[in-house]
Amino acid sequence: MKSTELPPYARALGMEFAPDGDGGDGAGPVIAMDFIPQAMGRPGFFHGGVIGGVLEMAGFVALEAELERRGMDVRIKPINISTEYLRGGRPERLYARGEVVRAGRRVANVRIEAWQSDQERPVASCWMNFQLSPRKDP
Amino acid sequence: MEETDPNLSPAERFARDAGLNPRDWSRHMNAHGHSSFIGMRYRDHGDMWIELEFDWRDDLVGDPETGVLASGPIISLLDNATSMSVWTRTGVFSPQVTLDLRIDYTRAATPRRPIIARAECYQVRSSMAFVRGIAHDGDIADPVAHAAGIFMLVGAQEWVK
Repeated sequence: MKSTELPPYARALGMEFAPDGDGGDGAGPVIAMDFIPQAMGRPGFFHGGVIGGVLEMAGFVALEAELERRGMDVRIKPINISTEYLRGGRPERLYARGEVVRAGRRVANVRIEAWQSDQERPVASCWMNFQLSPRKDP
Repeated sequence: MEETDPNLSPAERFARDAGLNPRDWSRHMNAHGHSSFIGMRYRDHGDMWIELEFDWRDDLVGDPETGVLASGPIISLLDNATSMSVWTRTGVFSPQVTLDLRIDYTRAATPRRPIIARAECYQVRSSMAFVRGIAHDGDIADPVAHAAGIFMLVGAQEWVK
């Protein structure tokens, strides 16, 4: 997966790169998605799993973008994710952006936040750890 | 009761429609919204635990090269299963929201196999419930993910809209 492509799961839920959210300040690209019936948990709110999925996608693309900047061609695998749900996800557009705290040779640590209309009032926040490994030759 | 009973709050209506036992709750929740999109199904439950599952599908894949599922659907399944484990333990449906959820991905899920989550509520207090869960693709001794989380029990008024 390149930092400019999203996998089938993300496309099925309508996740996309926000047009004007390409970072440039050390943070990764902004992932956005609209509220759709397939994303609803308790009536009138985003499902926590969808918020987790958007956070993870923003974490992946933030790390891919950082590795591309550094010219590192490695495989990345999520090790774990820990999410704090701060507010209910209301039926409006949801955004998330990750920031690579550290990317070493074996492990990368990424922080991600999700928000809706007001970036100062996050909906959820999480950290993810990734395992980095050399690509196997075909 | 009539569908249009004006004396019921949205949460009370939800509780009424959700039924009286874990199998009915699962059926109700899995018929709507995101749980329906993922295709979650009830499997089994005991006094303190419940099992849900969903099938592998092309449009839930996270890595098209290998066919490995995205982790998002596994988060959703563990979120639902751990949430329902609270109701399973207490025997009543109560409005609650996820405070935090930590998931360790112990290995990649095998493509084309269903994912099963077994979740348990191991402690309930007046305002919160503590849960844990395991996701696997056939052998619970060889899990794909492990979850630990906390749900906040909340007032019914703000829970649904």
